[in-house]
Amino acid sequence: MLAANVDETLEIDREALFQLALRLGDTSLILGHRLSEWAGHAPILDEDIALSNLGLDLIGQARSFLTYAGEVEGRGRDEDQLAYMRNAPEYRNLLMVELPRGDFAFTMVRQFLFSAFQLPFYQQMMQSRDKTLAAIAAKAEKEMAYHLRHSSQWVVRLGDGTKESHERTQNALNSLWTYTGEMFETDASLKALIEAGIYCDPASIRETWNKSVDDVLQQATLTRPETGWMQSGALTGRHSEHLSHLLAEMQSVQRAYPGLKW
Amino acid sequence: MVAEPKIENDNASVELLERARSALGTVCDPEIPVLTIEDLGVLRDVSITENECVHVVITPTYSGCPAMNTISMDIETALNKVGIDKVKVELVLSPAWTTDWMSEEGRQKLLEYGIAPPAKGGTTASLFGKPEIACPQCGSKNTEKLAEFGSTACKALYRCKACLEPFDYFKCL
Ligand SMILES: [Zn+2]
Repeated sequence: MLAANVDETLEIDREALFQLALRLGDTSLILGHRLSEWAGHAPILDEDIALSNLGLDLIGQARSFLTYAGEVEGRGRDEDQLAYMRNAPEYRNLLMVELPRGDFAFTMVRQFLFSAFQLPFYQQMMQSRDKTLAAIAAKAEKEMAYHLRHSSQWVVRLGDGTKESHERTQNALNSLWTYTGEMFETDASLKALIEAGIYCDPASIRETWNKSVDDVLQQATLTRPETGWMQSGALTGRHSEHLSHLLAEMQSVQRAYPGLKW
Repeated sequence: MVAEPKIENDNASVELLERARSALGTVCDPEIPVLTIEDLGVLRDVSITENECVHVVITPTYSGCPAMNTISMDIETALNKVGIDKVKVELVLSPAWTTDWMSEEGRQKLLEYGIAPPAKGGTTASLFGKPEIACPQCGSKNTEKLAEFGSTACKALYRCKACLEPFDYFKCL
């Protein structure tokens, strides 16, 4: 399976590729789950539907990445086993996406900071020498354009809204800022995949991300926080306690009835 | 994954392929039942592989499209009905589906059904412009967007300011 997807002349570290597919899949899955928590709780019906639709896109992307992760690993695990039967330390999602959904401002600021990275990231990944990752990226890229547009509009509306909405949005931005560094992080395995043309160098996205963020924050009359110490943990599976709580709920049915099918 | 050799040159296979194609022409999208999967451009390829097996290739509209499982089952059912039991449905992601693959006939059917068809030339950059969407009821271009996400992920909700009817717009992707 692997040979058909990746240029055969490349010496690929299977474990590194597995970890990358998990990083991408887990990040989409966990953020998709956080968005699904809004169903029935959003401030207006339109937004309830919008957040569910964004979540659906992310969970769709996660299914593709996790299916591929299972194929790369070669131990017969499918998307469901990877999503439902792993514990928090085995998850490779960005810490930003596991934080509780907070208020509507927090949810929208997170969606914006994430989508502003994900859109140019998938545009780069469409050139990946791994054909499966490139195909998933090409599909996801158009979806992320909608996510970025939708969340940008809300950040502007909330930031440049009432005193209350402005404060909440600025607070959300301040508390999420230290989690943005992780999107740009690499380690030895990721660096090897960048060398091999499989992963894109996140440093090449920094400028586009900065510009999107600055444009929207300016329109939203929000202040960009100072960049200092950044949170880190995704690459090693060091998570906040929030992930375990999320997994307990998300995995409860499969844990109680392993292998259950609808 | 190595593709099995296609065998289409003998008469029996030609007949089988014809029968499969015409049966597949009846499979509709479960969420927009006026469109067939062919109209939508979801049906990518039909071929006959070894042992007279019909190999159907489909592609999802959105990554999370919940209709794909139903479509796969509907494909098998439609083929079973015309006596074809050996069926393999394959889901491919690449090349990524775009609304530009929707047939002219499909666009016309959507319009008659009351859904504004997608603007042509769906690139990521075009999403940030403001396409003129004509009302499917009266044709007026004096319309406004009410919600980015409508009844399904692929539709937005609009309202016509001329005849005041709300309507779905099939978003370009
Ligand atoms: Zn009208």
